[in-house]
Amino acid sequence: MKIKVLFFAKLREAFQTNQVEVTFIGSDNKVSDVLIALRKKGEAWADELDENKSFRIAVNQEMVTEDVTLSEADEIALFPPVTGG
Amino acid sequence: MTVRVQTEDFDVGLEMLALRQRNPKVGAVASFVGVVRDLNDGDDVSSLTLEHYPGMTERSLEDIVSEAKDRWDIYDALIIHRVGKLLPLDQIVLVLVTSAHRGESFKACEFLMDYLKTRAPFWKKEQTSMGSRWVEARESDASAAMRWDKMRDD
Repeated sequence: MKIKVLFFAKLREAFQTNQVEVTFIGSDNKVSDVLIALRKKGEAWADELDENKSFRIAVNQEMVTEDVTLSEADEIALFPPVTGG
Repeated sequence: MTVRVQTEDFDVGLEMLALRQRNPKVGAVASFVGVVRDLNDGDDVSSLTLEHYPGMTERSLEDIVSEAKDRWDIYDALIIHRVGKLLPLDQIVLVLVTSAHRGESFKACEFLMDYLKTRAPFWKKEQTSMGSRWVEARESDASAAMRWDKMRDD
């Protein structure tokens, strides 16, 4: 199962990329599994995606929590709390 | 089109006229305009850069407008939010609401701004004399949005 993960704002800068692809063998993966995989990519990743950090998660452009189960071709986005207006 | 994300400036008068002109039942138009300030958290701000999540931004703004229409008896609403580089004095955001009477428009307009501040994927980066920095989300914005949830639950 391939999942595209997008990053915005401070996270995009910290990871020096605006997207990565995460591949899982099998199905029934959750957003939390993606976070676990991403934290292994390096210090900045582990730091910014730490459980104590406040970041937001969107799946297919809707804000969700990390216990959401993913499907093939889902688009995840990770970003800081929003500051528009 | 009830929501627009654009780099260009907007004309409040023209937008207001466009929103209400075809409806003689409109008796009230409420508007809110957000403007870039030259000061934040004690530092001079020379410019702002607004980033967003194309697609989700429009969708979340449309959802917020639908929710306002469910909650109040309003005729129409418009949200314009600018992105890209902005300077002090520039307009950032416009919210317009039309209704028969003022109460509905005022409430819906404030609700739209409060929800936009916590739900629409925009991020501000400030350029100051101390360098660039991402603006941190404010607890007061979260509380402002939450009181509408509470109102609905009561």
